Amino acid sequence: MAGLSPSERRLQKELMSLMKEPPPGMEVDSDKAEQNLNLWTIHMKGAEGTLYDGEEFQLQFKFGPKYPFDSPEVTFIGNNIPVHPHVYSNGHICLSILTDDWSPALSVQSVCLSIVSMLSSCKEKKRPPDNTFYVKTCNKNPKKTKWWYHDDSV
Amino acid sequence: MDSDEDMETFEVDSGNESSSDDIGFNIEDQNQNPKDRQNDIEEFVFNVLSTEEIVQHMIDCIKEVNIIVEIPATTTRILLNHFKWDKEKLMERYYDGDQEQLFAEARVINPLASRSSQQPSTSSSMSSKAKVSRRCPPNSEECEICFTLIPSNLMTGLECNHRFCTQCWCEYLTTKIMAEGMGQTIACAAHGCNILVDDATVMRLVRDPKVRLKYQHLITNSFVECNRLLRWCPSPDCNNAVKVQHVEAHPVTCKCGHRFCFACGENWHDPVRCSLLKRWIKKCDDDSETSNWIAANTKECPKCNVTIEKDGGCNHMVCKNQSCKTEFCWVCLGSWEPHGSSWYSCNRFNEEEAKEARGAQERSRAALQRYLFYCNRYMNHMQSLKFENKLYASVKEKMEEMQHHCMSWIEVQFLKKAVDILCQCRQTLMYTYVFAYYLRKNNQSTIFEDNQRDLEAATEKLSEYLERDITNENLANIKQQVQDKYRYCDLRRKKLLEHVHEGYEKESWEYMD
Repeated sequence: MAGLSPSERRLQKELMSLMKEPPPGMEVDSDKAEQNLNLWTIHMKGAEGTLYDGEEFQLQFKFGPKYPFDSPEVTFIGNNIPVHPHVYSNGHICLSILTDDWSPALSVQSVCLSIVSMLSSCKEKKRPPDNTFYVKTCNKNPKKTKWWYHDDSV
Repeated sequence: MDSDEDMETFEVDSGNESSSDDIGFNIEDQNQNPKDRQNDIEEFVFNVLSTEEIVQHMIDCIKEVNIIVEIPATTTRILLNHFKWDKEKLMERYYDGDQEQLFAEARVINPLASRSSQQPSTSSSMSSKAKVSRRCPPNSEECEICFTLIPSNLMTGLECNHRFCTQCWCEYLTTKIMAEGMGQTIACAAHGCNILVDDATVMRLVRDPKVRLKYQHLITNSFVECNRLLRWCPSPDCNNAVKVQHVEAHPVTCKCGHRFCFACGENWHDPVRCSLLKRWIKKCDDDSETSNWIAANTKECPKCNVTIEKDGGCNHMVCKNQSCKTEFCWVCLGSWEPHGSSWYSCNRFNEEEAKEARGAQERSRAALQRYLFYCNRYMNHMQSLKFENKLYASVKEKMEEMQHHCMSWIEVQFLKKAVDILCQCRQTLMYTYVFAYYLRKNNQSTIFEDNQRDLEAATEKLSEYLERDITNENLANIKQQVQDKYRYCDLRRKKLLEHVHEGYEKESWEYMD
């Protein structure tokens, strides 16, 4: 892997590991990721026995040159955005490990697991209360939003 | 007190030229000596510290505590920072409270607990640790940041035992310092671990001098900012801090020459107190008076709500908004139609309601006028103070010119002294108007206003005198007069301040809310 930057080296390793041993219900679009190592799509199935059982979602990861010291930009894309109190209809996710609580020791896999677990603990499918306003006014990049993490129960 | 009469007596008094001013100069010169850092005017002791001295002071504070608590200096430093560098408070909690809790609150691992008993405080990765160790050959570990096998001697971590390779640590710290501007509060790189990275570790792992310098700045800044006994000199481009023995609203003078109030950092503002000055500055900065003006001088069109200022005597208003053009009565804001041409009065309205509305407007108007009165005078002295600072330059020229004639250096210093006093008087006067704005009328406030008037009159005379042309013939005469005037100003200023201070002690000042 000579000639790769430390960030690319780590992404390459993460990709290999995800392809070889994908966590249950997850699949990385490896063709796309190999074309552009900084933009991944992950297909994710709603966990069994939860409100999202049987649904399929797509997560997009954008990595900057400072990854993993800088957090990746993670959003839901495609035509099925999960209806969840922490997921806006434009795909933005309010999850503290994606901004303030990001640590370079976290990975794509751990972020995906956190998101599945966030979906799984949901008791009622609904959009965030400020969805309409947020979607109209927010920056394209969810990392530019100053999130207020006021409820970690779901 | 009649100021002119006072002047007369003073002139008679100072008939023989005393040398007291010269002595005054010697004292001042000593204070300007850079070696003499201690300023003992009025027994308020303070030191001016350069950046290097601040760092040294920080080290001394740590040492002082360390002699007693005997824990690693880096831990002491984090504890001290947690207590905003209040040594007594730290000691109290250290010996009287729950130490485990204290260390947890300050986000350090208890250095007294034996290392062997420690487990990583939180699991740092979601992938299983067992898998990592299984794959690792002896004497190497996988770094959970770069996912690379690294020889164990290149892996490092804090007391929480979360280990990463030195290169990743360096990258992590650099990002925190340079991109996020964090210094004292950088946590361990492991997810969910809040243990703080100490300064020695940062300096060991970061080699780039630019990053190290920024880090030093950040921690020095947080040391000064959270330490009650320290304050940065507010003057732009000055890197000194002032250190005091106890916090008090007192003037301090930085080595750069800037004089300010230690308690609030504003220019020295005697006689008004910090809290009122703060309110005043806020009032001047925000738009409260703009809205007061709008309330006092305008009404809204009853139809389109556009704001209208009345500029003539006639009460028959026609809204100038081209899409509105409604006609209404300024007095009652009702439609103009029923007012008709034959009778003009708005008595068809509830008298009480009308009175209330008028009363509210009147109060707004009065409040605005009152504010403008004090604000104008405050601003005026501020402006004059700026001009007087220019006066120093012209006075310097005059002093040189005089020395070419018959006077010695020491003999011409009275001019500089006069400008010094003039500036002091302007500054005091400026803040007397802030004080007066909040002051409720009583007997003492009347005396205060008399003192203010006398000082103002004397100050204006001195100012006028200093702007005069000084020619060779009247030199001796002028010196006499200038000296008399500035001595009188200084006296009036001191009397005014004394009276206000006495009022503080006797609690005779009552304020408007």
